[in-house]
Amino acid sequence: MSKKQVVSSTINGQQVEFLTEPQQSLLECLRDTLGLTGSKEGCNDGNCGACSVLIDDRLVNACLVLGIEIDGKDVVTVEGLSNIHELHPVQEAFVLEDGLQCGYCTPGFIVATKALLDKNANPTEDEIRFWLAGNLCRCTGYDKIVRSVRLASQLMNDAKGDLS
Amino acid sequence: MSKKMIERDKHISVGTRPERMDAKDKVTGHALYGTDISLPGLLHGRVLRSPHAHARIVSIDTSKAEALPGVFAVVIANDLPEADDRTEKAGESTINYKFLRDNNLASDKVLYVGHAVAALAAKSPDIAQTALESIEVEYEILEPVLDVRHAMSDQTQVLHEQIRTDGPDGSGDTPSNIAQHIRHVKGDMKKGFSDADVIVEREFTTVPVHQSYLESHAATAVWGMDGTLTIYSSTQGAFLARNQVSELLQYPMAKIKVIPTEVGGAFGGKNPTYVETPAALLARKTGRPVRVVMSREEVILGTGPGSGTAIKVKVGATKLGKITAVQAELCYEAGAYPGSPVHPGAMAMFAAYDIPNGQIDGYDVLVNKPRVAAYRAPGAPQSAFACEQIIDEIAQKIGMDGVQFRMENAASEGTERLDGSLHKSIAIKEILGVIEDHPHYNEPIEGPNQGRGVAIGFWDNWGARSSVEINVNSDGTVNLISGSVDLTGSRTTVAMQAADVLEIPFGNVKSSMVDTDSISYTDTSAGSRTTMATGLAAVEAARDVLAKLKVEVADMWNVSLDSVIYSKGVFGTTESNLESITFADLAAKLSGQINGHGNVNVENWAGAGGGTIVDVEVDPETGQVKVLRCTAIQNAGKAIHPGHVEGQMQGGVVQGIGWALYEGYQYDELGHVLNANLLDYKLPTSLDVPSIEAVIIEKPFPSNPYGARGVGETPIISPAPAIANAIQQALGKRIEQLPMTPTTLLEKIGVI
Repeated sequence: MSKKQVVSSTINGQQVEFLTEPQQSLLECLRDTLGLTGSKEGCNDGNCGACSVLIDDRLVNACLVLGIEIDGKDVVTVEGLSNIHELHPVQEAFVLEDGLQCGYCTPGFIVATKALLDKNANPTEDEIRFWLAGNLCRCTGYDKIVRSVRLASQLMNDAKGDLS
Repeated sequence: MSKKMIERDKHISVGTRPERMDAKDKVTGHALYGTDISLPGLLHGRVLRSPHAHARIVSIDTSKAEALPGVFAVVIANDLPEADDRTEKAGESTINYKFLRDNNLASDKVLYVGHAVAALAAKSPDIAQTALESIEVEYEILEPVLDVRHAMSDQTQVLHEQIRTDGPDGSGDTPSNIAQHIRHVKGDMKKGFSDADVIVEREFTTVPVHQSYLESHAATAVWGMDGTLTIYSSTQGAFLARNQVSELLQYPMAKIKVIPTEVGGAFGGKNPTYVETPAALLARKTGRPVRVVMSREEVILGTGPGSGTAIKVKVGATKLGKITAVQAELCYEAGAYPGSPVHPGAMAMFAAYDIPNGQIDGYDVLVNKPRVAAYRAPGAPQSAFACEQIIDEIAQKIGMDGVQFRMENAASEGTERLDGSLHKSIAIKEILGVIEDHPHYNEPIEGPNQGRGVAIGFWDNWGARSSVEINVNSDGTVNLISGSVDLTGSRTTVAMQAADVLEIPFGNVKSSMVDTDSISYTDTSAGSRTTMATGLAAVEAARDVLAKLKVEVADMWNVSLDSVIYSKGVFGTTESNLESITFADLAAKLSGQINGHGNVNVENWAGAGGGTIVDVEVDPETGQVKVLRCTAIQNAGKAIHPGHVEGQMQGGVVQGIGWALYEGYQYDELGHVLNANLLDYKLPTSLDVPSIEAVIIEKPFPSNPYGARGVGETPIISPAPAIANAIQQALGKRIEQLPMTPTTLLEKIGVI
């Protein structure tokens, strides 16, 4: 077994140092080492999107990234989007539109939706469906997820309007 | 139990769309699933699986693995006591404990690639995985039996020497891969076919399809010093899991506590246990908590999908469009051990129709594939794929509109099914009426290579046992606990019914699922039963609360019990119009020391019919099928939470689209699965499907206080045949196998 290495990064706005074996995925590090179990393992080979996280604002599958690769980087997981008092508008929208059933894929969809809306504040249904094609949901049939994303876009645009 | 329905104008919560109680924890990543459970000192369990589809185990040597640093224990089948050869119902499927034991850890033979042979616990997942390679298993390889028809012939290897066919005319004399042969007969089939003007006959095949819940199976076991075994499990039935572990370990139920975690999808596949017992054995051997989590590959190889099938069907009808006779032969793969859903497949096949004469022969067939498990309306998508295509075809031959033909032959209340049972109110004609009137059915199809298909389906649902307790708090809020695992929102829908009966705001009810120590027996969350049956237990518990509160009120005011009335959250008495007290004030007076129990065994429930209208476009060069538009229609009886019903319908339809176009196990000739990952085993993505329009019909089932029926399963039944019928319209070719992949279509149209 290889020696563990120290990784320093920012995770959900906090400076974090942790030890990882070189072969460990970021998903393993998040879930097993850092206790951030919001990111889920569905396939462990990049096909389901349940472990979607942002690294330096880029949407990735945490199972396809090594833990050591996030040294010096900024990582946001589903836990980083809200605090105990307030949901992120994307989370709010999924709650209001019933955009979940079992909820296992939901953290991945939430993070992927945030990444989409950060790039494109007013996506069309086709753009939403194209962007989310890397996230599998087995329960909802996607309709209520698409509606959630549209509502999230509206909520985020409203929030921006309130600020300006 | 009151048989009276609650009057509709009294509904406060039922029929509204409150926020899902578990939603906030799930959108923030705080909800804990089976895979998220961690305990101090946790060890990681992994399972060694067979590389062969059919082999005798000559020997297993675990000594090298046990000697590895970081490995704490290894277990094999010998670590389990012998199990009873006894079969029990588990949801819509059955469990035989002897076979379950062998499916948890193989004893004498391995019967499919991925069959569990040994399990070990180590300090890290990596060490555990590497250590598996040090377990030495000697196999005597046998010929695999992979094709259902081949398995039924005399010229093949037998999986189980002791199995004889349990048939309609008694038991067979020689070992056979046909574990059971069932037969339903009605009327005079021969005469029926001789009365027919048109007869159509075809054979259809389907392959195993996996439930593909996103969360794999996960269990964490820990033993207390008092002998209590605690298991955190992502099971769909906490009591079902407890009973299985109790049987396999031959350990008292009272000393096994199963704590159900949030479940990341189940669809029938999390009724059997796979990892709970190995985790318990490893935890006992090591004295530490052990978590066993399957990989995606293990889920596909080692757990039960829906059956692959071969189905022959023949239908005769008059020129005027009346069915005169049907005949079907259903060959369902059970996988390694008996128990395919051929019974419900046969039940559902012609259930939407009034068939005067017919015969169905069903076969439960052993093959060297994983033992199948229930999968959403188990057995029905396969038989409906055959039935609804043949119905479409015979209507075409007669020159009649398919919906009209179905209407002519639709079953209704009192219709005797081929299996001999009588239909309760089923609303098939209403569903067909909605289809006929729907804009989707009436608007023209736009382009070339496009087609529109319709299919309908019926599912029987389930009732069974549920327990609910309601504890009243001194501030007038209530805690509701139930023994049902909440798979897709039943905490919410059950609480809505309690709030309705208590006539308090939904927000004043906190609803939780609890462990097996905390409430009495509750059947598994399966068979579309939970909102209906556990909801009924909640209604009973709420009525119990009100009955007890009325006694308190009568005592307090010194009035007769019969005079106490309750309406809109306020108690009063007919003996005086001066006295009144609110639910909350009374709760405060009693310091909240009031509780209500609801224990029901629902024996009178109703099935649900549904239908699908679908438009497809076929690319004749690539064979690709695009679903352009899809409408689902379903009778919910009463939609307790319409948003949840829509979700069930949309999710079920998209799974049905998966069955139709993408999903299925691919095997090589030795029985290896070629697509045991989510790239090669393709599930529908958001890009593959349109928004499914869900049309809910509410034809109430009068024996339920709200008229509710189960809704979860029916939606998966009719999409695949509807798509096949649409493809037929687009191409003029009928596709007889699932999934209807580009290759299949190109072969059919002669491109390859």
